[in-house]
Amino acid sequence: MNDTIVAIATAMGIGAISIIRVSGKQAISTVNSVFKGKDLTQVDSHTVHYGHILDQGKIMDEVLVSVMRAPKTFTTEDTVEINTHGGIAVTQKVLEIIIRAGARLAEPGEFTKRAFLNGRIDLLEAESVMDMIQAKSEKALELSMNALSGRVSLKIKNIRQKIKELLAAIEVNIDFPEYKDNLEITNQDIKYNIKEIEEEIHRLIEESKDGTRIKDGIQTLIIGKPNVGKSTLLNQLLEEEKAIVTNIPGTTRDIIEGTIQVGGVLLNIMDTAGIRETEDLVEKMGVEKSLKWIEKSDLILLVLDNTKPISKEELELIDKIKTKNHILIMNKVDINPALNKVDKEEMIYISAEKGTGISEIKKKIKELFSLEKLESKDLNYLTNARGIALLKECLSSILDIKEAIHQNLPIDMVEIDLKNIWNKLGEITGETYDEELLDQLFSQFCIGK
Amino acid sequence: MKYDIIVVGGGHAGCEACLATSRLGNKTLLLTGNIKNIADMPCNPSIGGSAKGIVVREIDALGGEMGINADKSLLQIKMLNSAKGPAVQSLRAQADKIVYPENMRKTLYKQENLDIKEALVENLWIENNKIKGVILENEEKIEAKSVILTTGTYLKADILIGDTRTRKGPHGERPSNYLSENLEKLGFKIIRLKTGTPQRIDKSTIDFEKAQLEPGDLKYHTFSFDTPPLYKIEDQVPCHLIYTTEETHKIILENLHKSSMYGGLDDIQGVGPRYCPSIEDKVVRFKDKERHQLFLEPESIYYDDIYLQGFSTSMPYDVQEKMVHSLKGLENAKILKYAYAIEYDAVDPTQLKQTLETKIVENLYTAGQINGTSGYEEAACQGLLAGINASLKLQNKEPFILKRNEAYIGVLIDDLVTKGIKDPYRLLTSRAEYRLLLRSDNADFRLREYGYQVGLIDEGRYQKFIQKKEQMNKLLEELKENKITPIKEVNEYLKNIPSTPLKDGISLYDLLKRTEITIEHIKHFFPLNYSEDVFQQVEIYIKYEGYIKKTMKEASKLNDLDNKKIPENFDYDKIHNLASEAKQKLKEIRPTSVGQALRISGVNPADISVLMVYLKKEHIHE
Repeated sequence: MNDTIVAIATAMGIGAISIIRVSGKQAISTVNSVFKGKDLTQVDSHTVHYGHILDQGKIMDEVLVSVMRAPKTFTTEDTVEINTHGGIAVTQKVLEIIIRAGARLAEPGEFTKRAFLNGRIDLLEAESVMDMIQAKSEKALELSMNALSGRVSLKIKNIRQKIKELLAAIEVNIDFPEYKDNLEITNQDIKYNIKEIEEEIHRLIEESKDGTRIKDGIQTLIIGKPNVGKSTLLNQLLEEEKAIVTNIPGTTRDIIEGTIQVGGVLLNIMDTAGIRETEDLVEKMGVEKSLKWIEKSDLILLVLDNTKPISKEELELIDKIKTKNHILIMNKVDINPALNKVDKEEMIYISAEKGTGISEIKKKIKELFSLEKLESKDLNYLTNARGIALLKECLSSILDIKEAIHQNLPIDMVEIDLKNIWNKLGEITGETYDEELLDQLFSQFCIGK
Repeated sequence: MKYDIIVVGGGHAGCEACLATSRLGNKTLLLTGNIKNIADMPCNPSIGGSAKGIVVREIDALGGEMGINADKSLLQIKMLNSAKGPAVQSLRAQADKIVYPENMRKTLYKQENLDIKEALVENLWIENNKIKGVILENEEKIEAKSVILTTGTYLKADILIGDTRTRKGPHGERPSNYLSENLEKLGFKIIRLKTGTPQRIDKSTIDFEKAQLEPGDLKYHTFSFDTPPLYKIEDQVPCHLIYTTEETHKIILENLHKSSMYGGLDDIQGVGPRYCPSIEDKVVRFKDKERHQLFLEPESIYYDDIYLQGFSTSMPYDVQEKMVHSLKGLENAKILKYAYAIEYDAVDPTQLKQTLETKIVENLYTAGQINGTSGYEEAACQGLLAGINASLKLQNKEPFILKRNEAYIGVLIDDLVTKGIKDPYRLLTSRAEYRLLLRSDNADFRLREYGYQVGLIDEGRYQKFIQKKEQMNKLLEELKENKITPIKEVNEYLKNIPSTPLKDGISLYDLLKRTEITIEHIKHFFPLNYSEDVFQQVEIYIKYEGYIKKTMKEASKLNDLDNKKIPENFDYDKIHNLASEAKQKLKEIRPTSVGQALRISGVNPADISVLMVYLKKEHIHE
């Protein structure tokens, strides 16, 4: 119980504020190391502080942080609670950052367990604590089973298998050095193999982002010149689906303003300020600045006006968004068209006013983001932060391996980190067993007196 | 005559056990079937090997005999994996099969408090689940407070050759026919295991010209931390390497049905070791392999047997003749002893405590092959630990248990009692999670203090160790304090190594961190006067400091869990929230700590959490 644990303490609702709880000896210093604001190690106990969570120096989320020192906390340990605003995706990201900063993802029921072990909870409650731990761990198992699509776990298993074969080949050299017929594995062999493994892990992380998007909402930007009908379109989308809208006043401009659900897909609408205040994002900030917004979004709805000629800015925008998921929408098709308008095959023609064509947009969004589509496009995803954090730890072990090879360290040292990676991947898929490596060794190599 | 402790069996486990108990002041009796076979090496003529060599160093650090005895009996010695890192280096020696047992016998005979008697034990004398002594073949009873069974492969041993099964032990010695049945009646789970040994060939009939020379190292080594080398490098006896041929494989495949293991006998129950398959197994399982390595190892300078390592088989004699003659250099070889397989009874080691005391009978211990292990070194270290713990218990002292991050011995015993075995257990470096900590070079740093506290390391040997420790710290200090600066001579010297020239001043300590810099280079800059051992320790420590610290951090997590004790009579039925598989396993193994509980297969982290909450609850109650 000397380590510091972290978990998301609130239910994962849509668009609501989430709380991340960190508990343990290093809780305050861990959060402080990724927090921009007051020095949390110096603040009074039971105080709340405003600031930002940093991801490698970059601002990730605007947060409120409660610092509570031992012993007057739930677990009786130093505890920090982080209120995040940015929706589920950002909350998971913050969790991931805290894990990378040194905390460990809590086991199911671990906060309560610590509260008990530290004498915070009454003896009578012990039984219910134990029940809860078992129940929660079953639930967690079920969840992680679901979270890991067959394909992701297969991919991880394949990487593990590759590492296992390599490890067995190294181990057989070590444990049976007199058998010279077995190929001597060198650092160069590891270097070669690790490159491939690194690429595959990178790919898994990349792909897992797509998965997170589906589950936690798609960062959506609706852009267009003033009066092209952006608000009307938004209202229509809302009308259609009777979806939930959550406005969090006072949040920074670059985070989710509201979440709508379209055909089972969550859209986190970014910067609706531009819509509500009928200020034009494109013209006010210029194309260059709007690029920054485009960069951050997963889906761009570009609304054009059927009654007006296409402008230079709009043409530039069409060009800029072509590599992103986007939908080109020509609004006001019920009114006489202007000359010189852009005509694209993929364009959806609507009348936001009359509500025509909205179902086309809905269809298109589903087409771009539906789960079935992702499966068939062979995109894999790992949705839990823990999995991603472990994969990232694997990447940092790969860096250690490269450094060790660079320094020409003996293979058994280099192998230490290779074993780490193998163990971590096993933690993700939960497929470790005791004599796994030895079984591999004896089936792969022929040795013995 | 009443003894404090009786040790049954004079093999490698028995020798260490009876020496430890008698040295710790207990009146000890060693019972053996044949005094001539004390410390016998019925299989390969070698001591050590990967991981095993480190165990011999650990035995020595704790005050056991195997290392000292091996040093007196060497034919040749090598440091395995010397081209790899320090964590996986391990000594392996060819030991003379006449000299080794003879030296051990002498040591035993000289030992105070130790009587040796030739007799076969067939039953145990037990009252109220507590050992009272042993019952011999002739019904004679000998009383003792504790008994250590180190019976090796002699329990209901059967020799298997081709289609014949004969009830006898190695060398045709008489096995114990009833002891395992009597153990079974007491509630011990008996498992049947199998192992094998290859042919011995008449040295004068081998054409060594056709074989590849395998000499010993050109550097002196000793297993013991206290003995100087007792051999001469140039006098080492070589081994030789040969390979199986196409013809060998053909003969094996044609005669496969005659092998005991492939249909020659249809009542084989024993499970053989995965790491030492018979030659027929190798040929069948690795069909694509064109050849298999075989070693010609000398057994002794006093007789002509050459041990044909890698060729163990249970083929009938006539097929063995053909197989041997198909080998290059052995076309005209004379087989002095045929290969055979041996089947024997062992007890399920999960019925043991970590002290190797049985859970069923108080003050009864088992050690060595009876616990399902294989190998002289594995046996010896168990004998030593059983001997120490039997003594400690009689003195009402705390048990002596080594942790997984302290010694291979700890790994071995924890594996045995926690996980049990499926095939004969051999120690491998891969079995240790923290092998960077469990090195051959630092066995004394890990264990000598314990040896001293237990009482097996005397003041003289201990002081020698303390001095080494002080010297090491002094050298570390010296390297930290002294710096070199980027003057021309320094950088010229570094360039020649080749190593990167300096830009700023650097301590010798930091310079030694560089992979290409050795202590010899450091001596060029600064005169240092220490023993080779101390230089080696310091160099390893500095070079791998990062990795060592990382491993220690990992190990300390395990230690925390291992330090959370579970009471001996803990009632798992009282915890309703435990998963039923976990409950079953916990009741069977009865782990002594939360850490051990976690290592039981079938017990998952949630069960451990529940267990910890329950333990705390109990604690508050009290």
